[in-house]
Amino acid sequence: MFIEEADAKALIASGGVPTPQGSVATTPAEASAAAAACGGPVMVKAQVPAGKRGKGGGIVAAGTPDEAAAAAHRILGMQLGEHTVDRVLVEGRADIAAELYVSFMVDPSTAGPLLILSAQGGMDIEEVAAADPTAVHRASIDIIHGLGAADALDAARRISDSEAVQAELAGVLITLYGLFRQLDAQLIEINPLVVTTNAQVLALDCKLVVDDNALHRQVDLPEQRPNGTELELRAAEQDFLFVELDGDVGVLANGAGLTMSTMDAVTALGGRPANFLEVGGMAYKRATPALELVLSNPNVKSLLVNLCGAYARTDVIAEGLIEGWKTLQPELPVSFCIHGTGEERAQQLVLDELGLECHDLMDDAIREAIANAAGADR
Amino acid sequence: MNTPPTPLFGATPLRTLVQGITGGEGSYWTEQMLAYGTDVVAGCTPGKGGQEVHGVPVHSAVAEAVEAHDVDLSVIFVPARFAKGAALEAIEAGVPNVIVLAEFVPVHDTMEILAAARAAGTRIIGPNCPGVVFPGRDFAGIMPGWSERLFRPGRIGVVSRSGSLGALVNLNLVGAGFGQSAFLGLGGDPIVGTTFVDALELFDDDPNTDAVVLLGEVGGPMEEEAADRMAGLSKPVVAFIAGKNAPEGKKMGHAGALVSGGRGTAASKMRALTAAGASVAETPTEIVELLRESSSGR
Repeated sequence: MFIEEADAKALIASGGVPTPQGSVATTPAEASAAAAACGGPVMVKAQVPAGKRGKGGGIVAAGTPDEAAAAAHRILGMQLGEHTVDRVLVEGRADIAAELYVSFMVDPSTAGPLLILSAQGGMDIEEVAAADPTAVHRASIDIIHGLGAADALDAARRISDSEAVQAELAGVLITLYGLFRQLDAQLIEINPLVVTTNAQVLALDCKLVVDDNALHRQVDLPEQRPNGTELELRAAEQDFLFVELDGDVGVLANGAGLTMSTMDAVTALGGRPANFLEVGGMAYKRATPALELVLSNPNVKSLLVNLCGAYARTDVIAEGLIEGWKTLQPELPVSFCIHGTGEERAQQLVLDELGLECHDLMDDAIREAIANAAGADR
Repeated sequence: MNTPPTPLFGATPLRTLVQGITGGEGSYWTEQMLAYGTDVVAGCTPGKGGQEVHGVPVHSAVAEAVEAHDVDLSVIFVPARFAKGAALEAIEAGVPNVIVLAEFVPVHDTMEILAAARAAGTRIIGPNCPGVVFPGRDFAGIMPGWSERLFRPGRIGVVSRSGSLGALVNLNLVGAGFGQSAFLGLGGDPIVGTTFVDALELFDDDPNTDAVVLLGEVGGPMEEEAADRMAGLSKPVVAFIAGKNAPEGKKMGHAGALVSGGRGTAASKMRALTAAGASVAETPTEIVELLRESSSGR
């Protein structure tokens, strides 16, 4: 789950990482009051669960409370990516001596935490690394021992010559690593972490992504706006893994790998998938609501059911689909390919209840579903 | 343990412990494994020591189970939030191979499991994986090892992040007359204990494997790392990558199947594997043809 900047900063601030003075505003008047409370020039920043806000005009500097209100007026309601801005963060500006980069992430290559640190903050770290690999310091952390004081100081020395800054920075690193662990973070990135003209370290931005699998134990996280289309959000409420696409062939398959491969095969054979929806895993007993979701997309002109059961029993999925089909009575052609666990009974059920023969080859079922969708267009 | 561990690949069935054996899933799959020939020597569920499940003795702790039985492999059926505790218990008890089936294990738990496993020299397979099948010998996990449509003894090593795609490709292989030396289901999480690199090394060392089918998907660097490792290996590899049409920033069912910031794309993985000498299939159906070509060329 992506935690919006204002909430992420509140979390790291309560953990002891210095952040600028500021507050959240949902109207220009609130933005003006927030700027007045800061008592100087401010930044007005759109709050959406995504990065790259500056490029879309979502981050504006303001010298006075009036300017802050004007900036908020422009930003509130703005569309950034798939999100509409409904609040801004108004923050005091810092006198910057140096901009640094620091992040902790789960590194798939070592299966452990990774610290990335650079003296060239404020830019995309990938671009910094591409231009000069030596400008980016990486250190793998042993999760059993954690990040020790000596390790943190060693890392800090690589990007600052000032002993005062090194000590402050090492403290921030240890605090951030503790938060990374406590918050079940997949990524915690401060870019930039600035050193002010009076040698203070301050987090000007914070990108925090918390592991969805750990939300059950991260009960104190501030509530976040869900990410996704209306249909995707409805699917998520029912614990389905659903991604809406722009095609016309509805896809129902079991398992992430098979469902992705089915989408790919629809595209390779000249069709356009309307969705990714997985009815495998524990979802295999809930094929009826899954079918309802796929059919709620008005762009779907034909349905493809491609099952290859391992853990998931295809006869149980088929029963659920047939039940849903009889209830919803969609006027839509459907093509089946069913193999794996429970296939004999599943194929028989489809024949008996819907009068349809299952295709033996997945590609044949896909070709038929594509042709059906194309036929419906004419 | 009184006797040395049985090698993962070999003729001898692994002496298997089932953690979570008294639960619905654990009990069901234990019955299936026993029927196929898996040597399930013991089960484990806290507080249920002294019971029996399908004739298998149940212990309250893994340490007690390994006192009473030699164990080569533990397969863990407990839900995600108990997976770390169960895996650490198996690692501490000295079980050499541990399969974590659960989906939705927090990634920080997985990092801790894998760090403990590295320190102890334990092989972890998973989490979020379907397990392993050695056709004609035994299976551990939630793949229907008994299905003659999916598995038969043979000389192709199959390794997959996904169980369902693994099932489809195994079906095609058996339909085309091939059989498998082993099927390894690695799991769909961003980090897993046994990687494609590990699997390629296992198959390369296995005298009963002639060629490898590698089934990857979008997200993470595991396929690119496998491509880097291929230079030092000798057996032909046929690969397929799922998720060519996965949109940026959307999790495709698996927590690990995520294209982000332009990284982890199917195209990048296919390029790396092709450059390393693998035959890369465009569709799952094509895998069989490529396998025929690569084995006839030898």
